Amino acid sequence: MDWQPIWITLKLAATTVGVLLLIGTPVAWWLAHTPSRARVWVEAVVALPLVLPPTVLGFYLLIALGANGVVGGPFQSITGSSLAFSFTGLVIASTLYSFPFVVQPLQGAFEASGKTYLEAAWSLRASKWDAFLSVASPMAVRGYLTAIVLGFAHTLGEFGVVLMVGGNIPGKTKVMSIAIYDHVEALEYSQAHLLSGGLLLFSFAVLLMVYAFNRRLPVHVS
Amino acid sequence: MSTIQSRFRIQYKQFELDTQLEFPDEGVTVIFGRSGSGKTTLLRCLAGLERSPTGYMKFGDHVWQDATHNTFVPVHHRPIGMVFQEARLFPHLTVRDNLNYGYRRIAPEHRKITFDQVTDLMDLHPLLDRRPQKLSGGEQQRVAIGRALLTNPQLLLMDEPLANLDAQRKQDILPFLTRLRQEMKLPIVYVTHSLSEVLQLVDTLVLMQEGKSVATGPANEVLSRLDLAGKTGPSSVGSVLTTTIAEHEAEFGLTRVQYRDQSLYIPEQPLAVGSSLRVHLLAQDISIALGKPVTPTSVLNTLPATILEIGPTDAQGSSVNLKLDVGEPILATITRKSLAHLKLKPGMQVYANVKAVKMVHEIEEY
Repeated sequence: MDWQPIWITLKLAATTVGVLLLIGTPVAWWLAHTPSRARVWVEAVVALPLVLPPTVLGFYLLIALGANGVVGGPFQSITGSSLAFSFTGLVIASTLYSFPFVVQPLQGAFEASGKTYLEAAWSLRASKWDAFLSVASPMAVRGYLTAIVLGFAHTLGEFGVVLMVGGNIPGKTKVMSIAIYDHVEALEYSQAHLLSGGLLLFSFAVLLMVYAFNRRLPVHVS
Repeated sequence: MSTIQSRFRIQYKQFELDTQLEFPDEGVTVIFGRSGSGKTTLLRCLAGLERSPTGYMKFGDHVWQDATHNTFVPVHHRPIGMVFQEARLFPHLTVRDNLNYGYRRIAPEHRKITFDQVTDLMDLHPLLDRRPQKLSGGEQQRVAIGRALLTNPQLLLMDEPLANLDAQRKQDILPFLTRLRQEMKLPIVYVTHSLSEVLQLVDTLVLMQEGKSVATGPANEVLSRLDLAGKTGPSSVGSVLTTTIAEHEAEFGLTRVQYRDQSLYIPEQPLAVGSSLRVHLLAQDISIALGKPVTPTSVLNTLPATILEIGPTDAQGSSVNLKLDVGEPILATITRKSLAHLKLKPGMQVYANVKAVKMVHEIEEY
């Protein structure tokens, strides 16, 4: 049994979710509160990965991250290594690909609690940052949970983008979904069964836990 | 006496707020007007939740906003307590943690009003460990008031805190507000569309109309201005008298109250002799007689009065408002026919028959 694809997959999903939360939170906050007309444009861009075939996204990413690409070129001249066909490249690709799955639940949660509670917090001597941490964030806890689970699960399940951007380098960019594909191609059905069944059970268990936990959360924002 | 000075101008799509105000920074100032008159926007400007681009605001000696010097003290640096129309209690915190939210954020040396004092004053002990969602509307609003008080504010701003409550809940909260006024020397600015709600509290009245403050001054002065009679709404045309309970006539179910050297009989009140009570005299409940009645009459309350002013005819053309001096200025609505028949002129000595004296809870909303 080759554990490497499993390990890479989990590492990729966890890293991606971390990056997504860091970037997605301010974007979702801005979308939820801005009166700017640019909002609809940003919303449309954020939602693009939902409708585009992963190969389209993967194709453009491959060009951008490649040695002559707008991102990959400067990266290579600074670090001396390529972004395409690397784990870092995979994280960038997954982050873009799973972006709407994190931004949308967060935006919904921030919109649901609205500005009213923030105003109350400000009037109680909380600065904007303090009010975000002590009121908006705990009130959005369900949104965060949904965002984390969807972001993680969606990264686990991607295939097209990682194949285009990451290639299929064992020990480096070969994730579970690609390993399963390889096993099927090679008619190694028992190994394919093991990985597929494992992924199925794991995904189900995570979702079950989240939904059960979500029900018990005390915060209901009406 | 120090004051709160402000000047705000904000242009919205459908509406413009344009006010210039100065009122004492003590007692209860009521901002009164119909819905859409801009009173909530004005309060939000005072709090710093809205920012008028050319605004100015000074609280006592402290400038909170001055557009010409680019000064704007953000909300969380203003020593205010704010009570919103909806309680806005944080749903993820217990009542206790809600109360402590602002209290923890002020410097320990500013904690003059303590947690125990507020829970006593607002009667919150039984609620402390509960979640806001499990409280009734009235309980939530009491917690919200307590939470604002615990920030030890120098100015309490209240935006229709009773508007979402039914009549019974209002009656439950009003005594707390009265206690607040009596026990804490805290200036309060109170926004409402219902004057009756705050009749026992109001000291200064600001009348708002279409985004402008059309009158500011001591409540009775503003209410008895003839030129504003139509603007305070039908049931509010009238005057407020601050009286003292003189004696109870239990056998008739009456209480005699006094103001200056005059007496009025009102339905018996559960208040001690010597305590103060404000009563509302509606203009429509006051009629005029040229002399003291010689034959017995059922009217108990007759006050000697001097006609100060005769107002313009109302829209239907049938009645006019008179401003009378009965020791305090009050308004009376009579028909134009009576005005002509009695040949009433300013300066005449007459008698005002008061058919009814309204208590706070008897006044209808409009």
